Amino acid sequence: MIKLSYREAIRQAMMEEMERDPDVVLIGEDVGCYGGCFQVTPGMIERFGPRQVIETPVSEECIVGVAVGAAMMGMKPIVEVMYGDFSTLAADPLINHAAKIRFMSAGQQSVPLVYRTPMGSGTGAAAQHTQSLEALFTNVPGLKIVYPASPTDAKGLMKSAIRDPDPVLFFEHKLYGAEELVPQEDYLIPIGKADIKRQGSDVTIITYGKTVFTALEAARVLENDEISAEVLDLRSLRPLDTEAILASVKKTGRVVVLHEAPRFGGFAGEIVSTIVEDLEAFSALKAPVVRVCGLDMPTPFNKNLEQQLPPSSKRIIESVLAMFRG
Amino acid sequence: MAFEFSRTQGREILSLMLRSRFLEEKVEALFASHAMHGTTHLAVGQEAVHAGVSPALDPDDWIVTTHRCHGHTLAKGASEEAMLAEFYGLSQGLAQGLGGSMHMIDLEHHNAGSSAVVGSGVPIATGMALQLKRKASPNLVVAFFGDGASSRGAVHEAMNMASVMNLPVLFLCEHNLYGMSTCARDMVSVESIASRGPGYGIESLMVDGNDVEIVYSAVQEAARYIREQKRPYLLEVRTYRFSGHSKNDKRTYRTRKEEQEWLSRDPIEALKKKLISRGHLIEEEYNLMEDSIRSRIDEIADRLGDQHEELDLAQAAAYVYSPEVAE
Ligand SMILES: Cc1ncc(C[n+]2csc(CCOP(=O)(O)OP(=O)(O)O)c2C)c(N)n1
Repeated sequence: MIKLSYREAIRQAMMEEMERDPDVVLIGEDVGCYGGCFQVTPGMIERFGPRQVIETPVSEECIVGVAVGAAMMGMKPIVEVMYGDFSTLAADPLINHAAKIRFMSAGQQSVPLVYRTPMGSGTGAAAQHTQSLEALFTNVPGLKIVYPASPTDAKGLMKSAIRDPDPVLFFEHKLYGAEELVPQEDYLIPIGKADIKRQGSDVTIITYGKTVFTALEAARVLENDEISAEVLDLRSLRPLDTEAILASVKKTGRVVVLHEAPRFGGFAGEIVSTIVEDLEAFSALKAPVVRVCGLDMPTPFNKNLEQQLPPSSKRIIESVLAMFRG
Repeated sequence: MAFEFSRTQGREILSLMLRSRFLEEKVEALFASHAMHGTTHLAVGQEAVHAGVSPALDPDDWIVTTHRCHGHTLAKGASEEAMLAEFYGLSQGLAQGLGGSMHMIDLEHHNAGSSAVVGSGVPIATGMALQLKRKASPNLVVAFFGDGASSRGAVHEAMNMASVMNLPVLFLCEHNLYGMSTCARDMVSVESIASRGPGYGIESLMVDGNDVEIVYSAVQEAARYIREQKRPYLLEVRTYRFSGHSKNDKRTYRTRKEEQEWLSRDPIEALKKKLISRGHLIEEEYNLMEDSIRSRIDEIADRLGDQHEELDLAQAAAYVYSPEVAE
């Protein structure tokens, strides 16, 4: 085991895969000597050179389109887009092309592409650099979507994403400095597998990405109220680990679904539907399912306002306590 | 005969450039001391563009800026007070603290605000021009964008559309040699972005962006052309940002030697020298000008730094939709 930060874990996964397979290529803006907008890629161009680390003009739609084309020819591109917000620009190649090329060609072509981008607030970067836009993509069949929280998951999921024959959207949170001990050997975390980050018996908090940490914080506080909270980290949004969700719900009978993205139309709705559509899980519920999400508004620049936007552990705790008060 | 400012005009423009420089230096210091949060993109070194564009326009002409918007916002007429309040996130700021450093807006002075998604402001400026044309307005819209943003498809699409629709847009490429870290040499397919004008059927010109008189007269000419011919125009101004890209930039992508070369072409120094040589300014007056601008900015920043009037969440949320359709 070795202590790695979230950004180092992602970098290490990419570098090991690039070492293994020269067709794994990093493509993006300022990913060379600058090391990428969030310093995920320092040292990579020095190690792999411009054949495997390709710095591009500011042309998101084109870069992702180019990656789709190159992937059709055998490249395994990892595209870095600086902010998840700019995924709107990459939406055409991702949604209309990467997601559909295998299907439209009746399996003759595939697009083994990884699209990396960070989501979320907390940086003071205001409304156009802080969104959580995953729900724009989860509704598109043909895309796989992962959103790891921990360095260990990030490394293992990045490797799986690179080796996957289909397009994988790899969303990152911005706690890039968060550290933990990560296995040193070559390992994979399978896409589509959730992980129980904390065992519990009274309530399940289902989440992914940065809010996994918020959930763990809430769970620790709830212990003082003698409430044992389970934290289920989805890690993958599509495919979704329905089995893990249902199993945990049947065990605890109480559910909080948590994410930073706004509540209306957010991915939490999909999770809630998954639960209530299953007779056993539905019957196991001892309280209505609760969604704790980001507020339904763009991110304000003002720091105090920005801090109120994402779900806090306090909001989670209050929701859980309310369930027990009945 | 090369264009020259009158005595009064020259001194006003110099003062504007110094205000922009010192405001940004103050902002840099406040970020460094964590008195401000988020990030900031300074345009220190690009003051000849700030002071050469908006002052050369009709006050009713519009501008659409970028993430690097401070100098343009000031030059179009916003006060340091309103800008600094926005930097601090206060409710008396230009956008009541909702926008911050990258989203300065000032409708009173026909500054329509910025997009920090670089290049995306260009089609928006083009759309504003479409409406001006429909209303038979004599005014135009300036679409600022950088050499980096020039690679966005939307920028090319906007130029084509403005050309076929005869829209009053001044496409203003503020070419400071670098995007974030990448050099235009490696990212832009042509030596000069202005040279792309003919590809869209648009008149274009490249000028020295560190000489404010050259920028000013080029903008005046371009604006006259746009109003008379009812056609768009592409103006590229060549400059250099002395500062890093944003708050934490170590500037590993360029040499200190290159920076020194450009520092020796400081646009403020250049104008100051010219004014002195023309007898329009003496050194002592310049020093006084510097001192009074600095101390005024310090005073405003100190005063606002102690204030805490901010929107609350409900007030901010009320801006998501217009009042009529609010939930
Ligand atoms: C569409 C988009 N891609 C990437 C970014 C990140 N980014 C912010 S500034 C910048 C460089 C822009 O360079 P340029 O247009 O030359 O403007 P300058 O920063 O030099 O003023 C980049 C890539 C962005 N804001 N928007």
